[in-house]
Amino acid sequence: MELFVNQVLAGISTGAIYACMALAVVMIYQAIDHLNFAQGEMAMFSTFIAFQLMQWGVPYWWTFPLTLIISFAGGVAIERALFKPLGNAPVLVHVAGFIALFAIINSVAGLTWDWTIKQFPTPFGNAPFLGSQLISTHQAGMIGITFLLLVLLFIFFRFTRVGLAMRAAAALPESAKLVGINVSWMIALGWGMASGIGAIAGILIAPVVFLEPNMMGGVLVYGFASAVLGGLSSPFGAVMGGFLVGVFENLVGTYIPGVGNELKLPIALALIVTVLVLKPGGLFGRVAQQRV
Amino acid sequence: MSTMLSIKDLRAYYGQVQALHGLTLSINEGAVTTLLGANGAGKTTTIRAVCNMVRSTGSIEFQGKSLIGKSTESIVQYGIAHVPQGRGTFTTLSVEENLQLGAITRKDKKAIGEDIEKMYAYFPVLKQRYQQQAGTLSGGEQQMLAVARALMLRPRLMLLDEPSFGLAPLVVRDLFGILKKINLEDKVTILVVEQNAQLALELAETAFVIETGRIVMSGNAKEIASNEDIRKSYLGY
Repeated sequence: MELFVNQVLAGISTGAIYACMALAVVMIYQAIDHLNFAQGEMAMFSTFIAFQLMQWGVPYWWTFPLTLIISFAGGVAIERALFKPLGNAPVLVHVAGFIALFAIINSVAGLTWDWTIKQFPTPFGNAPFLGSQLISTHQAGMIGITFLLLVLLFIFFRFTRVGLAMRAAAALPESAKLVGINVSWMIALGWGMASGIGAIAGILIAPVVFLEPNMMGGVLVYGFASAVLGGLSSPFGAVMGGFLVGVFENLVGTYIPGVGNELKLPIALALIVTVLVLKPGGLFGRVAQQRV
Repeated sequence: MSTMLSIKDLRAYYGQVQALHGLTLSINEGAVTTLLGANGAGKTTTIRAVCNMVRSTGSIEFQGKSLIGKSTESIVQYGIAHVPQGRGTFTTLSVEENLQLGAITRKDKKAIGEDIEKMYAYFPVLKQRYQQQAGTLSGGEQQMLAVARALMLRPRLMLLDEPSFGLAPLVVRDLFGILKKINLEDKVTILVVEQNAQLALELAETAFVIETGRIVMSGNAKEIASNEDIRKSYLGY
């Protein structure tokens, strides 16, 4: 029993990493209706910006908002410069754009800050959380911030006019224009917000996985998986998906003989495929209902 | 009566294909005008050109201001509401959110709330379903929602693209009755594009008949409806 509880706790703490990234994935999905493969690299780059600011002697609590603002502006700029000109090009063209962006950001980060791994500080410390060896105060803080972000996003999308306009612009751009919404800027805003959330994810993940240009590779795959599992239309689902993937992966590794660490990943992903076959909208996603 | 919308020598293109060949028409303030014609004549293209949703040249003036080259979302700010073909319902959002979106360019929060209540009075079925996903509404209910969404703008001019499409005859009667009421009580000028010529001519005061991208006939709706030659050759009933 104690082993079980411990493994669940350990799963929750890795799940927090996935949940954080999944939130950023859902955010961009809400804005542009597809996934951004360069999302992880954008988050990594934001984390390097935070790292650089701290190197220059900016205190942590100034670094945090500054990085957010820079990342938001960067996200908007990427959309304006790269994806707005693509306009109504087919999805595959956009995918090629995402992959190019991925490679460019990865290389630029490598050239600027080299490929060695770096320590990244945490504001929460690394002491055991409430006496548990399995969750550190950093991971507890990360879970807290993930939920705070979730609540803020919920309020933004549900109760503000801009949030409503963004949902409308993503769902049906043509109709959105006809009620007077500037769809093009809504998409740019979505990019900015996704980039900002990615920056928060990166800053929270870096103390755990260490900072280096490839730090997000695995995390983004899990983030995608979590978002898809929970439902791409639901920020809440994405966070829950993150924790579920984390916990499930740990339990499978512990209890199914012969799985161990090596096979955790494929088994977790197999579970996701199974869930999606049974429930294509994800566990918490709203399936669009339509009368025919 | 003064002219509200004046279209002159309008040419519109889909890629290489020219859909309108120098179309001219004008709409009087406070009137209900209908644009009739067969499939592919250019009815939809005409009102899409007003909102700059197709590439077009010529002159389109709304109350003396040119609309050519203005973006679709900025044209809404003039008080032009467009109910598109297929209704343009935000199917994944709730009925009430759809109504709020109609007023998204307005700042007067309190009046928006009152207008939503007013829409529920016009269309009681929407009130019963206000929290439901709009995609679950029937075709007729979605058309009512689309009209209500357009009215939430408090428009001066409302453009309707085939509001009768796919609806049962009784539902169409209801809907046209409400359009008449909106025209009289809320002083909304209406341009309605229709294939159902008989009904549209009952509602409208003025009619234009369009054929292969040109206006071929215009005049008083009653006269056009009573002229058997026109009816048989252009309107098919």
